[in-house]
Amino acid sequence: MNRLLLSALLAAAALPAAVPAAPAQNKPAATAPMVHISNFTFGPQALKIRAGQTVTWVNDDDIPHNVTATDKSFKSKVLDTGERFSFTFPHAGTYAYFCGLHPHMTGSIIVTA
Amino acid sequence: MSDPDHPSSTRREALKCMAWAGTGALWALNGGVASSTMLGTGLGAGPAQKAASFTFLQLSDSHVGFAKPANPDARATLREAVAKIVAMPVKPDFIVHTGDITQLSRDSEFDDADQILRETGLPTFYVPGEHDMLDEGTGKAFLARYGKGSQGAGWFSFDHKGVHFIGLVNVADLKPGGMGRLGAEQIAWLAKDLAGRPASTPIIVLAHIPLWTVYAEWGWGTDDAAEALKLLARFGSVSILNGHIHQIAQKVEGRMVFHTARSTAFPQPAPGTAPSPGPQTVPPGQLHALLGITDVAFHRGVERIALTDSTLA
Repeated sequence: MNRLLLSALLAAAALPAAVPAAPAQNKPAATAPMVHISNFTFGPQALKIRAGQTVTWVNDDDIPHNVTATDKSFKSKVLDTGERFSFTFPHAGTYAYFCGLHPHMTGSIIVTA
Repeated sequence: MSDPDHPSSTRREALKCMAWAGTGALWALNGGVASSTMLGTGLGAGPAQKAASFTFLQLSDSHVGFAKPANPDARATLREAVAKIVAMPVKPDFIVHTGDITQLSRDSEFDDADQILRETGLPTFYVPGEHDMLDEGTGKAFLARYGKGSQGAGWFSFDHKGVHFIGLVNVADLKPGGMGRLGAEQIAWLAKDLAGRPASTPIIVLAHIPLWTVYAEWGWGTDDAAEALKLLARFGSVSILNGHIHQIAQKVEGRMVFHTARSTAFPQPAPGTAPSPGPQTVPPGQLHALLGITDVAFHRGVERIALTDSTLA
């Protein structure tokens, strides 16, 4: 009984650490960083990752979009509904990007070392 | 083809028929103020009473290749628009297509659009929409088909029966955070194109994205439009025909008339009435009433062009 209770308490204590970092805006994403393109917005608009991680964008809209780096360092082909684009960020820095079709759509990837 | 300078009453009758069917909206444009009048009454009393020097037809946003819930077959609705043009009792002199011919700039989509539009038997002038710039060459596919004699990303001008037509491109090399954009090179070309033309020359400008800000939050405007409009300001009659927003919007400012045409593919929400722009799925049976074409009549001696929007319903 005591041992069970102790296990439960330990499990509970361990839980917060086990839960993946919830809002990606605040903490580096634990696994497979994703940006969803939905309703003409990039979500999250600012995504924090660690150097070396790969970001995948997926278009959830029924209109095509693309992902174009402001400094032209990366650019996806046009993404139709459900299509994805991935890019790996080896170096720390802030990478601003936008949709080349609908340039009012902007976002950024914040890469920490 | 009948003499465009002496239109038969058939055309007037046809327009009246459209009015009675409730499918047309005539914008009577006098004294710088747009007023929507009942078709039939407006045509008898307004500019249409004078000889129409010529008419042309505006198509926009065909999105050939689009096949999603908002319209499972955008080719079919473009065919319906073409059938409507073919059935017109007085043939327009030509067609202008104000962009988004295709959904994804695929060769097969351009091929299909060409094949469908060829049925009209009319010369057609194109300006690209952002959906026509999605090939690997960012617009090269469009230029290869439609860019003959054009400049830069596809801008051009020509004269027809005393009216100067200008096709502008505001979907190339767009900038982050911005809306549509003409760019310095095109504006310099426009200045040169207009230089020396008498202010009495009627001007008709075509461009995909509106050249006035319909709704900035959705990018429905052109960042550097003001620079182009400044060059056009000295002319007595300037009509600016756009697409992109898939609904009719109109503004009159001084001697300039701005008008957007309906799409032949799918409607979009009115500005600010939805979380975002994009294809709007409407209840079954309502789609055709939200798609359409625009008939433009230029009447000699009348400053304003007469625009008749009719739906595919």
